[in-house]
Amino acid sequence: MSVLVFTENWDGKFKKLSFELVSYATKVAEMLGTSATALSIGNVADDELSKLGNYGAKKIINLKSEALSTLDSQAYTAAIAEIAQKEGAKVIIIANNNMGKSIAPRLSVRLKAAIGSGVSKLPLSTEPFMVYKRAYSGNAFAHVALKTDIKILTLMQNSFDLAETANAATIEIGSVAVDGAMVKTQVKDVQKQIGKLLLTDAEIVVSGGRGMKSAENWKPLEELAEILGAATACSRPVSDEGWRPHEEHTGQTGKIVAPNLYIAIGISGATQHLAGVSSSKYIVAINADKDAPIFEAAQYGIVGDAAKVLPKLVEAVKEAKAK
Amino acid sequence: MKILVCISNVPDTTTKVKFAENNTKLDPAGVQWVINPWDELALTRALELKDNASTGVKSVTVAHVGLAAAEPTIRKALAIGADDAIRVNLAATDAYQVAAQIAEVVKNEHYDIVLCGIESSDFNGSTVGSMIAEFIGYPSVSAVSSLNFENGQSVIIREIDGGKETVSVPTPFVAVVQKGIAKEPRIAAMRGIMQARTKPIKLVEPIAVDALTEVVSFEPPQPRAKCVFVDAENPKQLIDLLQNEAKII
Repeated sequence: MSVLVFTENWDGKFKKLSFELVSYATKVAEMLGTSATALSIGNVADDELSKLGNYGAKKIINLKSEALSTLDSQAYTAAIAEIAQKEGAKVIIIANNNMGKSIAPRLSVRLKAAIGSGVSKLPLSTEPFMVYKRAYSGNAFAHVALKTDIKILTLMQNSFDLAETANAATIEIGSVAVDGAMVKTQVKDVQKQIGKLLLTDAEIVVSGGRGMKSAENWKPLEELAEILGAATACSRPVSDEGWRPHEEHTGQTGKIVAPNLYIAIGISGATQHLAGVSSSKYIVAINADKDAPIFEAAQYGIVGDAAKVLPKLVEAVKEAKAK
Repeated sequence: MKILVCISNVPDTTTKVKFAENNTKLDPAGVQWVINPWDELALTRALELKDNASTGVKSVTVAHVGLAAAEPTIRKALAIGADDAIRVNLAATDAYQVAAQIAEVVKNEHYDIVLCGIESSDFNGSTVGSMIAEFIGYPSVSAVSSLNFENGQSVIIREIDGGKETVSVPTPFVAVVQKGIAKEPRIAAMRGIMQARTKPIKLVEPIAVDALTEVVSFEPPQPRAKCVFVDAENPKQLIDLLQNEAKII
């Protein structure tokens, strides 16, 4: 018996999400009295792989396969299922991101394993196996019993604290019976966002809404984001107007984010917007309307016009950072 | 080519959700039911593909797993432009059950493309589409923000973590779609509403499949502390709170 965690890499490097997954898997394994095994697929060097051990993985399986060089949901599912069976995995942990969402449900059917998707906390209990997950787009949380022998959990990004431990992991070379004939997805073109902090990775997000008035007014918001080391985001009307790219839209139909700090500037806080940001640890709201619903979700607020408050805020952050 | 669009019947996204029966079920009082927003976009894109003769799409069917109470939502999909509908008569309790029923429909009726929204706004699972694909052995592409056909080949843009990829998969396939797939949901015109009254909703009895999960209870989100207001003339105080009280910057 073990807990298997699939750790994604980006061009051979892990990022914080990978370590969150391993930290989480290690804690789940402790609850079950077993240990965590990490699976890495792709070309990752041993010194990078060994970092997974720092978060508690006892064993690291290094699976290099030409057939898995592109994300094909069928091939990945077959590979992970085979490793899970070899390892006797009782719980499989996968990120609740684009890649994870394309694999975990298929794996659930293949292994007839109940899935707890988008969990943000450790299981509430293991007998019965009960997880806590977001429901009704953040307007509720559900306690869900997973009733099968094998369980799959998909973990929300930035929801679980890293836990480093003194631990030595062994690295093994993995192999699976997956070949190129199984791969049906042909990649024609890749456009990566290079050198830009990804919205879903960011610990601080600075977001603008209709109260920003026009696309030209974004300069101070971008400046604020830059000094804070934050990613920029926006509300739906802003991306619909074309003031900002669609990739920046946070909210129910856009991206769902859970940063440590979400700064909402000129965003009124419609239910649909809050659905995408309500898991943020802190929300700061700046809005001209003191009755805007965003202030009900925020811990800190400033009632004022974005154009007037922003430059002062930028100065205040600069001053604080200079100290 | 035949497209099947899976639709979920969900509370309107502005609903203040409340629970009944010891917080085990949604309290349906006063709830307005709608097509899940992403499924509505999927349907819109399916109809756009059908409108373009060069894609070879001949029909768009919607499928729903649920009881007769969902028929107004299904009729709305027909009014928007779907040719026909299938309702599997089951009050499903989890995604696995739903996917198993839809998979059976796809097997029996053979659709070339199955479209699902990325998640439903009630259970936020993001699982049904890819589960259907695994049940029937179709390739699946997730986080799809654009779907086209060129010379009979699918051209799909999917979001990856850190960018976008243009991919192609052979039909039949499942696409799990998200923002961008269609600009705005298509709205039912009066003519569509009239036609929808006579379009067929085929009733299918479910196959026996157990749910793998059970929602034991719901709870409201933890109430947040009351907002602390800072004077607009003095944002320094805000920075001070973020640094010394919240300790997050």
